[in-house]
Amino acid sequence: MTILSRRKLFSAGGVAAGGLLLAGCDNLTKSDSVGKIVRSAEGATKRWQRLVSDRNALAREFTTADMSPIFKANGTTDPQEAEYLQHVDEKFANWRLKVDGLVNTPLSLSIADLNSLPQRTQITRHDCVEGWSAIGQWRGAQLGPILKAANLKTNARFIVFHCADNYGGEVSKGGAQSTSIYYESVDLIDAFHPQTILATGMNGAALTVAHGAPVRLRVERQIGYKQAKYIMRIEAVDSFAGIGSGNGGYWEDRGYEWYAGI
Amino acid sequence: MASVADPLPVRRMPEMFYRHALVTRITHWINALAITFLIGTGLNIFNAHPALYWGQYGADDDDAKRWLEIGSADTPGGQAYGFLRIGELKITTTGVLGISKGANGAPSAIGYPSWATFPSQRDLATARNWHFFFAWVLILNGLLYLVWSTISGHIRRDLLPRLKELSPANIAHDIWTHARLKFPKGEEAKRYHILQKLSYGGTVFVLIPLVIFTGLTMSPAIDAAWPWLVSLFGGRQSARSIHWVAANLIMVFIIVHILMVVLAGPYNEIRSMITGRFRIDPEKAK
Repeated sequence: MTILSRRKLFSAGGVAAGGLLLAGCDNLTKSDSVGKIVRSAEGATKRWQRLVSDRNALAREFTTADMSPIFKANGTTDPQEAEYLQHVDEKFANWRLKVDGLVNTPLSLSIADLNSLPQRTQITRHDCVEGWSAIGQWRGAQLGPILKAANLKTNARFIVFHCADNYGGEVSKGGAQSTSIYYESVDLIDAFHPQTILATGMNGAALTVAHGAPVRLRVERQIGYKQAKYIMRIEAVDSFAGIGSGNGGYWEDRGYEWYAGI
Repeated sequence: MASVADPLPVRRMPEMFYRHALVTRITHWINALAITFLIGTGLNIFNAHPALYWGQYGADDDDAKRWLEIGSADTPGGQAYGFLRIGELKITTTGVLGISKGANGAPSAIGYPSWATFPSQRDLATARNWHFFFAWVLILNGLLYLVWSTISGHIRRDLLPRLKELSPANIAHDIWTHARLKFPKGEEAKRYHILQKLSYGGTVFVLIPLVIFTGLTMSPAIDAAWPWLVSLFGGRQSARSIHWVAANLIMVFIIVHILMVVLAGPYNEIRSMITGRFRIDPEKAK
């Protein structure tokens, strides 16, 4: 075989491989075994980030001068569920935050109850999964002491936040999104982090409907979709089985990482 | 037809020179695969918010902080067009950026076109999954390369420019030989010349570390653990901008790199990165 024909073969092979690659690429995302390998990065990232972080390492806190002039409201901004609209009409007077699941002392807390707890105020950066960031001031009770008051059972591993809003969301995975109730979850490390608060105030005023009134989670070392709005119920669980599609959150059920530290 | 009595023509045989060590070859191809996927998924992720800002924050209403955007708009006549805006400069990019043919062939308002992104349709979840997987591949493979190349002397021997190579005269000479597409022969083909050293070294030791560290700066968990990273790049949105710029420079490197391989003789060049052997033609007798 001469150099020339080998060369031609080589080039033809290259073009064919390139074509196959382009056509085959999208199919790779449909393979379960490939997906499993790719998704293994999430666990590696979580373990590695936790390894290099102090458990209580704080997200940077800014001054009022650093704040975004307009904090973008994203996701659901105006829930239309009847139960929620009634709470808005009643100015959340009859709204109660339920804390239950794997706890020894279930709680039912009003806005006044939450506001009577020691408040933490923090000016932090909110990072949306889409890429943008906004800096705002949040005020609320720390989640840790509330969970302590509820007295978690020893088998509790995750804290799930059930929200009021049905969310349509963007089209993902090449198909239409089904609508369902928003929910999120964190593990106990993030639940007991000093900056993890149930925010009832934002930028010096009561939390508005667009930003998640009456209560929104702030879990400052993770991406925006973890910051659940319109929280109605906090449930301690040992697994996500039976909640949504079982992946620990609305977006997690749609392919996004449960550990959203990156 | 030559008769048996004719003397054999004197022909100097080309030399098969062992050019690339096994670790260099393996890490090169793993790196090529990882960067291909990182670029495709990176463009898909960028399409979720096709704008860049400078500073700590930046979102839809922060016009003063936004220095780059890819978008679409309508002309006064109602005709949709795509554009790229960098500062004051606005370029119409219909067909490529802002508006392009989607996977189904219909025009679609999207930042980067379907053919350039992985997956080909808008899919932030999958793009993120794959981006972070190949980021791990890039980092672990890069560490293997760095450790091996330091110990073996590859960096010092082959990549580090000598002081005299950095003289303007030598750089000018190398630019001139490249411009005339004159590729070195004989002994001269056994080492990298200054433009190669600067472009390989700049990519390996500057651009790739820069995309890795600006990428990490976009992680809120890493920002809490290593707050100095955010300060170093002047904010998360600045880091996102630098990530995009560094990724673009890597793309420029790849285009020039592939072009030079094609011009210098793709068969010999690619073979040398697969088998290690590089054919060196003898210099013509003067």
